[in-house]
Amino acid sequence: MKKNKLILFAFFLIFLSGCSSASGIWGWYVIDPSTKTGLTNIKFLIGGFTSTIQLSIVAAFLSIVLGLIVALPGISNNKFFRILSRIYVEFVRAIPLLPMLFWVFYGLPVIFKSLGLNINIDAFWGAVLTLAISDSAFTAEIYRSGIQSISRGQKEAAQTIGLNYFQTMRYVILPQALRRILPPLANQFIYIVKMSAFASVIGMQELTRRANEIVVTEYRPLEVYTLLIFEYLVLVLVISFAVRWLERKMGSNESLNN
Amino acid sequence: MIYANHAIEIKNLIKWFDDFNVLNNVNLIVNHGEIVVICGPSGSGKSTLVRCINRLETHDGGNVKVIGETLTNDPKSFAKISSDVGMVFQQFNLFPHLTVLDNLTLGPVHALGLDQKSAEVRAYNLLERVKIPEQAKKMPHALSGGQQQRVAIARSLCMQPKIMLFDEPTSALDPEMISEVLDVITDLATDGITMVVVTHEMGFAHKVANRMIFMDEGRIVEEGKPSMFFKNPKTDRCKTFLNQILKH
Ligand SMILES: Nc1ncnc2c1ncn2[C@@H]1O[C@H](COP(=O)(O)OP(=O)(O)OP(=O)(O)O)[C@@H](O)[C@H]1O
Ligand SMILES: [Mg+2]
Repeated sequence: MKKNKLILFAFFLIFLSGCSSASGIWGWYVIDPSTKTGLTNIKFLIGGFTSTIQLSIVAAFLSIVLGLIVALPGISNNKFFRILSRIYVEFVRAIPLLPMLFWVFYGLPVIFKSLGLNINIDAFWGAVLTLAISDSAFTAEIYRSGIQSISRGQKEAAQTIGLNYFQTMRYVILPQALRRILPPLANQFIYIVKMSAFASVIGMQELTRRANEIVVTEYRPLEVYTLLIFEYLVLVLVISFAVRWLERKMGSNESLNN
Repeated sequence: MIYANHAIEIKNLIKWFDDFNVLNNVNLIVNHGEIVVICGPSGSGKSTLVRCINRLETHDGGNVKVIGETLTNDPKSFAKISSDVGMVFQQFNLFPHLTVLDNLTLGPVHALGLDQKSAEVRAYNLLERVKIPEQAKKMPHALSGGQQQRVAIARSLCMQPKIMLFDEPTSALDPEMISEVLDVITDLATDGITMVVVTHEMGFAHKVANRMIFMDEGRIVEEGKPSMFFKNPKTDRCKTFLNQILKH
């Protein structure tokens, strides 16, 4: 938390210097809410929060589901399933986000079309899919290590009282693994929020895209991008604060149980 | 059909861990209601043998039949009889996130399809039987080791198994708690349930066993009625082992 405060303070200083000095490099009028254009601009910029947050939440949700689907075969006794899961994780982790975004947004519809499917991928779903797939490789690894941290005896005990594989996961393994999984999973959400900025290049009207558009019309990149950075900073700090809280809560449970 | 007369029938069982031959041609027939106690030095394959009976380990050769069902490496072969074979582990393996009561009802509700209410009635009966009904609402970590192991026994019994396997059920316990667990197992022994018990508690073995088995290096080296087994071990290896055990 100390470090975050320091960074905040540094930004605050830059901001102040911009407001007070007459050096001329700053032109905050562009987003000054007391002027009419300034107010319009800042409303437009801040309006990007909705898209960024929606995008991130839907992508994170999909990634959490997809990650589990990838992780479970990765810890099964079946070698073939394990290899399949491994390939997915290594492959997806290796692809940079931007090329994957292009592939999903421009390439995937071509495949759909050739299959006779009339599925349209708009900017929102293109970005959601890309973020979810890219992140799922990481969430899968989080699940895997969380589940593997539960002792083998738990699975065996579940087996000896007749539970099948899914019941064992559902009632015995996952509830215990959850407190090891949840904090790093929440942390991954920060990754998604930051990477969601890439959605701007396929025309998603989120924070970064809106900043770009104002920069193009107002020629004030320094001010607009400074604000943009603050916008992400606020978002990430809020999440990171929530994660800390979650970690503390989970941590106290842990000491109770073991 | 002749096999159905036996609770467990193991023929020429062979098991490898990589290039290590853990079980080397083991033959064992356990009758219904029989109580077999297995002892032997560490690493002799006792746990592995017991775990082959309930498919916690697969085998590489030979034949395992449990209640007339031949076990293959297909998990389904065991599914049919899984609720007929209970197991108690050295480390208890209670579910730490569930109350004692929920530990007991989990199997009956989800594997046997009992409704919550009858599962709880059954659970309370068995907690009564292992003498800790007052602990039902507690979490496992709040119990002593002896109490935890008694909960684990009750949890197995909730499935109404025909066979109970015990793998060193008292080895992880402080000395003063050993007898409370052994008493519970002794009480079960009078019930007619088939039991296979791996233990080094020789006083207990002498009292409850119908048959003693001594294992060494993946083989059954000696077996016999407890009276003969303890008084007159036939092999030197068994003699040496018993002397070491009985010294303390
Ligand atoms: N999963 C495994 N992989 C490899 N080797 C194993 C595995 N499980 C057991 N072994 C080895 O097999 C041998 C027999 O193990 P087992 O647990 O059956 O012996 P045991 O008679 O129960 O011994 P103990 O009295 O110490 O419990 C040991 O040498 C052990 O190291
Ligand atoms: Mg053992």
